[in-house]
Amino acid sequence: MPALDFSFYTWANISTYLLSGLYFSVSLTIAATIGGIALGTVIALMRLSGIKPLEYAALWYVNLLRSIPLVMVILWFFLLMPSAFYNLFPGDVGQKYRAEICDLMTFIIYEAAFFSEIVRAGIQSLPRGQTFAGQALGMTYAQNMRYIVLPQAMRNMLPVFLTQTIVLFQDTSLVYAIGAYDILKGFEIMGNTFGRRVETYIMAAVVYFIISFALSMLVKRLNEKIRILR
Amino acid sequence: MTYWQGIWDRWQFLWDDRGDGVTYWQWMFSAWGYTVAVAAVSLVVALAIGCLVGTLRTVSQHRVVSALATGWVELFRNIPVLVQLFLWFFVISEIVPGMRGVPSFVLACCALGFFTSARIAEQVRAGIQALPQAYRYVILPQTFRIIIPPLTSEAMNIVKNSSVAFAVSIPELISFAMQTQEETSRGIEVYLAATVLYIITALAISWFMSSREKRARVPGLSSQGQGAH
Repeated sequence: MPALDFSFYTWANISTYLLSGLYFSVSLTIAATIGGIALGTVIALMRLSGIKPLEYAALWYVNLLRSIPLVMVILWFFLLMPSAFYNLFPGDVGQKYRAEICDLMTFIIYEAAFFSEIVRAGIQSLPRGQTFAGQALGMTYAQNMRYIVLPQAMRNMLPVFLTQTIVLFQDTSLVYAIGAYDILKGFEIMGNTFGRRVETYIMAAVVYFIISFALSMLVKRLNEKIRILR
Repeated sequence: MTYWQGIWDRWQFLWDDRGDGVTYWQWMFSAWGYTVAVAAVSLVVALAIGCLVGTLRTVSQHRVVSALATGWVELFRNIPVLVQLFLWFFVISEIVPGMRGVPSFVLACCALGFFTSARIAEQVRAGIQALPQAYRYVILPQTFRIIIPPLTSEAMNIVKNSSVAFAVSIPELISFAMQTQEETSRGIEVYLAATVLYIITALAISWFMSSREKRARVPGLSSQGQGAH
């Protein structure tokens, strides 16, 4: 068994190899969560709209994306995104960060399928009386959703959203497939540079574990808080 | 007619020889076989460990045992499956004596199985706690009947998660798709074929499990599958 040596983790090396990767992983997680919840809410509303074509479109969207591996979806988007799309970005940003831009689009679209199921469950968990009361007050569908249903549903769903965000954060490691520079890639390059793959993969696991575990502790506390408020 | 001919021509590469006497067609089905085999073996590993750990978590008399089981769940739940796969391939097989010669198929199944075991353990625990304590001796059999829906989604997840094995060059569907795309430049056709195979696998699992579920349902109790990946 070779001796483990962690001495190459100096601040200079960490900031050279890891910080930009960590920054990408975290910002991809945050952006995909926000985008995914927004798009997911639209899809959930389509699913519950009672208008058949919209319902079926939403159903297909969710079921299709949920039966394909995320890696496959990432590869699809990377293949199909026309290069003209990347030229829309100012300067050479689009060409330079192709993989990163493609990842963001993919994650928003893929995660929206999962978030929409959460939102749908949240809306359906509200007593029907809430909707009826809104209607009785003369509210339109949009007003009812905006002021009565969604605020309550979102609050109930907050812990589940966060749990899904933890899953999403772990999923961001799959951008490996198209070679975007995330935290895992940073560790991999560092390991190859110093010839210390064992130590870098151990450390990668530790970093992912600390972030995910801390977030899941947060979810646990949030759950308790919400339980008291109910 | 020429339009359909053009489409047909684009699929001709499937009958091409890769140079080693194997056509892309044959390779695709062997890749599908690998995907299913990795998923199936991992699922067996995950079910065995998951049921044990999930049951141990509910043992309230022995704090140490349930704490260890909780630690297991937290450890394997909070590290991405890809990173766990790399740990098995580049760390455990390097530093644990006797692990050096283990075939990569076994390592991949260990990685996926251990990762999924944490999630199955959680569902077994939830299933046990959903039943009244007084029924302790009949709890486990009933638990398995209750948790069939969440297990269905875990079985489907494990097929999807087996796709990460491309990163350690297990010749499954994603590796097939990526390599064939490079060799033939028929990206759309290859990805379409692989995607359809994944969808067929998912449909087959959900069809099989829902036929099981109807027979095994506990009257008066139901539980809902939670979606994750």
